[in-house]
Amino acid sequence: MAMSGVMRPGFVQLRVLDLDEAIAHYEGRMGLELVSREADDRAYLRAYDEFDRHSIILRKADSPGMDVMGFKVATDADLANFEARLRNKGVTVTEIPAGEQPGMGRRVRFETATAHSFDLYSECALSDNGPMTDNPDIWRHEPKGMRIVRFDHCLVYGGDIDGTAEIFTECLDFKISEQAVDPENGMKIAIFLTCSNKAHDVALVRFEEDGKFHHASFYLESWADVGHAADLIARHDVSLDIGPTRHGITRGQTIYFFDPSGNRNEVFSGGYTYFPDSPLRQWTADQAGKAIFYYEKELNDRFMGVVT
Amino acid sequence: MQDADYQIEIEGEDGGSFTCAGDDRALLAMEQQGQHLIPVGCRRGGCGICKVQVLSGEYETLVMSRAQVSEEEEAKGFALACRLEPRSDLKLNVVNQIWIERRKEQLAKRQLGG
Repeated sequence: MAMSGVMRPGFVQLRVLDLDEAIAHYEGRMGLELVSREADDRAYLRAYDEFDRHSIILRKADSPGMDVMGFKVATDADLANFEARLRNKGVTVTEIPAGEQPGMGRRVRFETATAHSFDLYSECALSDNGPMTDNPDIWRHEPKGMRIVRFDHCLVYGGDIDGTAEIFTECLDFKISEQAVDPENGMKIAIFLTCSNKAHDVALVRFEEDGKFHHASFYLESWADVGHAADLIARHDVSLDIGPTRHGITRGQTIYFFDPSGNRNEVFSGGYTYFPDSPLRQWTADQAGKAIFYYEKELNDRFMGVVT
Repeated sequence: MQDADYQIEIEGEDGGSFTCAGDDRALLAMEQQGQHLIPVGCRRGGCGICKVQVLSGEYETLVMSRAQVSEEEEAKGFALACRLEPRSDLKLNVVNQIWIERRKEQLAKRQLGG
């Protein structure tokens, strides 16, 4: 797939109840690099194989959840084009000036039908510690903690997921790779959207409340690394949600856990390769257990209903 | 007295009790004792699933999501069990009782091999 327009999820900003505890988790347990901690009570982190300055922002707040998820677009012309398309569709758009996050160019923020905020941007400073480019070794320093390769995607919950998906597909050229529907009324229960070769870059699940955050996900190199993450979770009493297991949807090999403020994290490996001519994969609600947990074939109230 | 074991009693016909040390958090003590009296979510004060109202007893709480327990609710004894440390025996009312009922149905189904 020619990668143009929206290239990938670039960052997520999460709210945390205690910044020191959050850093101890994301840096100490998960193994992300702490890039900087700023005077406005935000901390910036990145994974070892990411070129850009940061991909995870933790902001101290009195309730957890997701402030905003950012997508990086290929060029400034793309940014202007997407902004025009969003405004044309009547989507609420605001401009975030360059430098609001250190190293970031201007961002175009839009609000979705499910009351989530997403940013588009085309410029981000490179990390001083990024992957090597000249006769490159596989990594500059050996990966720590869960050996996270990169930030990968988010899953968010809200009411009108069709409306949110429509913004992504019509204004930003995302494709729906996979979905789950209620066969009785055709209502979509879950929508998986991709802007790339990945099975999903952002996912939406229907829920009674808008603006909710289900998880931020990080990519690992292998199933063995998912097992290593499980060992770390057990050894250090990280709050486990479920796994290791596999999803039917996207086929990811996965484990879920919670950060010290209750935000859900996923680390996963695998997942199929998506191409723009891939037919839509679809699940029906009666097979939801297998769709979500391919091995257990049984839904779990905590996984389905616990959000921040 | 920090390490004394206190009795945590859950109100209602589906109630029951477990013990919790004074330096432990009620929800985690309950899980360690294999009980399903309060629903378990993130265990870290964020999701609000384990919300309870303390009907009697002394306790302290760690930081909790304001989106789940407002200041007014906190003043009325509402708390998240995962952030609740007893300082005496406690009597609790479980807010999200529906989660416990669903959990029991699932466990019963599994025991029947369903």
